[in-house]
Amino acid sequence: MELNELTAHELIEKLKKKEITSHDLLTALDKRISQVNSKVKAYVRVNDFSFSDLRPKAYNLQPILQGIPVSIKDNICTEGYPTECCSKILEGFKPPYDATVIRKLKESGALIFSLKTNMDEFAFGSSTENSYFGPTHNPWDLESVPGGSSGGSAAAVASDQAIVALGTDTGGSIRQPAAFCGVVGLKPTYGRVSRYGLIAFASSLDQIGPITKDVQDCAIFANIISGYDPSDSTSADVAVPDYTKSLGMGIKGIKIGIPKEYFIEGMDTEVKNIVEEAVHKLKSLGADCKEVSLPHTQYAIPVYYIIATAEASSNLARFDGVQYGFRADNQGLNSENRLLDMYKQTRGKGFGEEAKRRIILGTFALSVGYYDAYYLRALKVRTLIKEDFDHVFADFDCIVTPTAPTGAFKIGEKVKDPLQMYLSDIYTISANLAGIPAISIPCGFTKNNLPVGLQILAKPFAEETLFRTAHAYEQNAAWQKMKPKL
Amino acid sequence: MNSKPKNTPEHTLITKETVQHVAHLARIELSRLELERLVLQLQDILDFIDKLKKIDITGVNPTSHILPIKNVLRGDDPGVSLFIDKALENAPHREGNFFAVPQVIE
Repeated sequence: MELNELTAHELIEKLKKKEITSHDLLTALDKRISQVNSKVKAYVRVNDFSFSDLRPKAYNLQPILQGIPVSIKDNICTEGYPTECCSKILEGFKPPYDATVIRKLKESGALIFSLKTNMDEFAFGSSTENSYFGPTHNPWDLESVPGGSSGGSAAAVASDQAIVALGTDTGGSIRQPAAFCGVVGLKPTYGRVSRYGLIAFASSLDQIGPITKDVQDCAIFANIISGYDPSDSTSADVAVPDYTKSLGMGIKGIKIGIPKEYFIEGMDTEVKNIVEEAVHKLKSLGADCKEVSLPHTQYAIPVYYIIATAEASSNLARFDGVQYGFRADNQGLNSENRLLDMYKQTRGKGFGEEAKRRIILGTFALSVGYYDAYYLRALKVRTLIKEDFDHVFADFDCIVTPTAPTGAFKIGEKVKDPLQMYLSDIYTISANLAGIPAISIPCGFTKNNLPVGLQILAKPFAEETLFRTAHAYEQNAAWQKMKPKL
Repeated sequence: MNSKPKNTPEHTLITKETVQHVAHLARIELSRLELERLVLQLQDILDFIDKLKKIDITGVNPTSHILPIKNVLRGDDPGVSLFIDKALENAPHREGNFFAVPQVIE
């Protein structure tokens, strides 16, 4: 096996024993990226980057990570390296500081290079087709989407162009691409991981999380990036346990709820059968699985598309051509209010179609005459959705569902119908609204050889239950050992 | 400007005027094609969202924030701030220690 095909925990062992060097690993990665990036397009601005520029510094070879490189989504600030949210409006932006997660990774010995992974612009999307740089292609079928918005990160890990990556999740943007690409993706509890340095989409929903080749790697990186951060006022002051201790615990007696609203008439039969088989496997490992109800499930998407877009309209108001990025050149215009024109033209030209659509929808929901009927109402239904989960978690340790309603769809299939695209988030969205942690792990393949993901949800700050359950399944199913043929 | 179209409690009607008004609030200039497309798409999306109007929300408190934390403050202690040069590094147009923008005041 090539070095880039190994997991982080395998590589850490080899690096510690000095069987390989960090340079060996970087060489393998460089080779792989040169081989397949033109097909997969997981990374952006590749021409501006060269591995030969990298010289792993002494501090990188610290305990824990020993110089393992971590690939970063383009909306997480890396000091001095371009961070553009895959949008024209942030063209050329080089953050003057590192996000807290980046600082934590560096302190643990990670190597962070400037090559960033592709994403839907500002995380607006479920397919990575809304990127200013064009779509990423699913390594399992190059004509299919990798999912989104962290499609670049998921595709990079799945195609061994990254050992591990960071993604972000506001409505499923880590879990759904992880499912489509056959890798592991974790959305931590809201507040578990600092958002300082994450370019915000929806402040009450966003979380950064790891996308990895297996559950053990996911636990290792969850340990590193989690924790209270005084720079993030929404950061939770809750101790971080050692998530790797949850691995290997087994799931005898664990109570798992299977929500009936997620298995409705007309759902994709392949996904239904694959997930039901996975539930069967969980039962055979000793879990007690029963049907439960999350009655407000059908309202999750409308609630999300009001709250998330409303918050986005506020968060994206800062992109106006004044402090960073693209500015529309309207010098010489004969106009009454040149500043207003600069704002409007900068935003009109700088934002892509989906970004403009969401900002306008969000602005509408908050505007006079509509605020009560839409935004305030959505906040109240959000409470009902959260309470659905509270009721189930009173009697159950976790909930298991499909991650996505289908396997990866074809590039171009849904991008012209925004509503169809939004409906593909049906299983992931509620976890963001309720602030609960959720993980997606591979659990099978469709007859077209596209990965299918199993989602596990737990109550706030119960990531240990997620790792325990995910690991038990993974060790008995071994889907993570399969690789796409590129 | 009449930005409020004929709505009923059950159905919000999106018109070109609605979208133009909202685009102005959001400081986004739309082309004629974008405007026409958005009117249709927004109507579609809102028709779907309108199912929320059927739920009984009497007595339900809004959740604007999922964690039970409030008033997160820090001590009034000066710390290190971003140096001016760093803060202005990405400026599309810089003049001295300022971001330069088109004239606002006559």
